[in-house]
Amino acid sequence: MSKIVILGAGISGHTAARYLNKWLGKKHEIVVVSPNAKWNWIPSNIWVGVGEMTEDEVTFDLAEVYKKTNATFLQAKALSINPEGSSDSERPFVTVEYTIEGKAGQTENIDYDYLINATGPKLNFGATEGLGPEHGHTVSVCTAQHALEANEKLQENITAMKAGEQRTFVVGTGHGMCTCQGAAFEYIYNIDHTLREEGVRDKANIVWISNEYELGDFGMGGVHIERGGYITNGKTFAESMMVERGIKWVTRAHVNKVEAGKIHYETMDGAQNEQEFDFSMLIPPFAGVGLKAFDKSGEDITGDVFAPNGFMKVDADYTPRPYAEWGAKDWPRTYQTPKYKNVFAVGIAFAPPHLISKPMQSANGTPINPTPPRTGMPSAAMAKAVAMSVRDMVNGSEKPTHTASMAEMGAACVASTGAHHFNGTAATMTVFPVVPDFEKYPEYGRDMELTTGEVGLAGHWMKNLLHHTFIYQAKMKFGWSILPD
Amino acid sequence: MAVNKEPYQQAYYPPNPTGFTRYMRTSFLWQIIRFFVINYKMLKLMSKSHH
Repeated sequence: MSKIVILGAGISGHTAARYLNKWLGKKHEIVVVSPNAKWNWIPSNIWVGVGEMTEDEVTFDLAEVYKKTNATFLQAKALSINPEGSSDSERPFVTVEYTIEGKAGQTENIDYDYLINATGPKLNFGATEGLGPEHGHTVSVCTAQHALEANEKLQENITAMKAGEQRTFVVGTGHGMCTCQGAAFEYIYNIDHTLREEGVRDKANIVWISNEYELGDFGMGGVHIERGGYITNGKTFAESMMVERGIKWVTRAHVNKVEAGKIHYETMDGAQNEQEFDFSMLIPPFAGVGLKAFDKSGEDITGDVFAPNGFMKVDADYTPRPYAEWGAKDWPRTYQTPKYKNVFAVGIAFAPPHLISKPMQSANGTPINPTPPRTGMPSAAMAKAVAMSVRDMVNGSEKPTHTASMAEMGAACVASTGAHHFNGTAATMTVFPVVPDFEKYPEYGRDMELTTGEVGLAGHWMKNLLHHTFIYQAKMKFGWSILPD
Repeated sequence: MAVNKEPYQQAYYPPNPTGFTRYMRTSFLWQIIRFFVINYKMLKLMSKSHH
C-alpha cells in the first residue's frame, strides 16, 4: 500500500485529491493537508466583493466533503519537508502544524511515498508598505473573507455618494511583480456596473493601476485575437473596455507605498507619482508559502528544493537566458522535482522557469513586469496530469506518464463585467497555449483559432455555468468525474 | 455651447463600440448562439490541453 500526501486543497490540490481518491482511494492511503477549513471558488469572490453573492455561495466545508471519501483530511499547514527522511526516520515525511481549533499549534510528522505540493501562494501584502486589508489601507478579493470586507467598504462609499459626495476608486496591482491582473480587471468592471445600478456612477472617478507594460498583458505578454477583419492586440480590446466605461488607467506602475487615501508608485521612467483614493483594491504579489526542506542529516536544503521566491523547483529549465532565447521547452511538463522523483509541485506552488511577459525595469532598476499566471484552468490541468502520473507510478510505472506544460495547454478566462441574467455581460477570453510557442506558431506564438476574446451576455451565462459546475464538481457530487476540469 | 473633444488624451484613441455592437452584446438570440460557440471553443481548448 502506498501513502500519498497532498499539501493544499485549493483548485490544484483538491483536483489531485479527487482523482487520486477515485483511482487509488480504496487500496492506498491519501492524506490531504490544508490550513483552511473551507474550499473557495476564488473566481466568484469578485461577486462577493460587490454584494452579489454571499460567502456561503462561494465556499464549502472541506472536512464534510472528505468524509464522503477514503481520503483523510487534516486541517493543518505544512512547515517543512524531509524528502530523505531523518536520523530518526527512514521514510520521507512532511512536518505540519494543526490550525483546527483544539489542536492548533500542535505539530506532527506525516510520512509519505508520494508528495504533491499544491500549497498555492502566500499573499505577500508585506512586500508593499501599507498594502492589504489587515495591516494596510487597501482591500482585497483574494479570499472570500477579504471580499466580504471589500463589499462593506464599497457599500459605505455608495452611501456617501448617494449623499452627494465624490469618490475615487483605484483598482489594480499593488506591486511591480504581481500576477493575477484578471481578478482586478473583473473587479473594476463590477464596481463600475454596481455604481451604475445604484445610480451614482457620475459621482465616481475610477482608475486602473497596474504593472502591465500595456493593458491586456495579463502576465502572458498580451495576446492577439481576430476581430473586425483584423488581427488585433488584446491591448486594443482592454483599452476599449476602459474607455467605454469612462475608466482611466495607469500602466507600467510599481506601487511602492500606500498611505491612508494615497498610493505612491514608480513608473518606468523612474518618476515617483501619487494617486489619491477613497477605495482601493490592489492585488498583492505572490510568494511561496515558506516551506523549508531538510536532508537526512538535518541540513537545510531549502535553497536546492525551492527557488528564492519560495516556489518549488520542478522539471523546468531554469538556466538564465535573455528573453529572445526563451522557448516553450523551458516550461515543466511532468512537475516532478529533479532530485526527488516521488515529489511533485502543481498550481502556483511550482517555480516557473522565467516570466512570460518580457522583463522590464524602471530607470531606477526596479522590475516592473507581471509574473506568470498559473491559476484556474492550468492549475486543474496540471493537477490532473500529476494525479494520473502518480496513479500509474503507484501501479508500477517508473516515471511520470502524463504531461501538462503551460506551453501546450490553453486557458479560458471569463471576466465578469456586470452580473445580471439579461443585461449582465462578461469578457470571455481564451488563449492557446498560455505560454507562446513561436516555433509552432511563428506569427503570434498562439493558435489564432483558439485565442479569442469577446464581450457579451453569453459570457455572463458562462461565468455562472462555470461557478455552479465547478462547485458541484469540487463537492464530488454524483457524476463529478465526467465534468470537464 | 458644444465643447471640442480634446485630442491626444488617453480616451481619444481606443475603439468605442457602436450602438449596434452594444445591442448585440445583450441580444438574447444572438447571445444564445455565442454561448454555444464559446462552449464549443472552450471544450476544444480543454481537449487539446490534456496529454
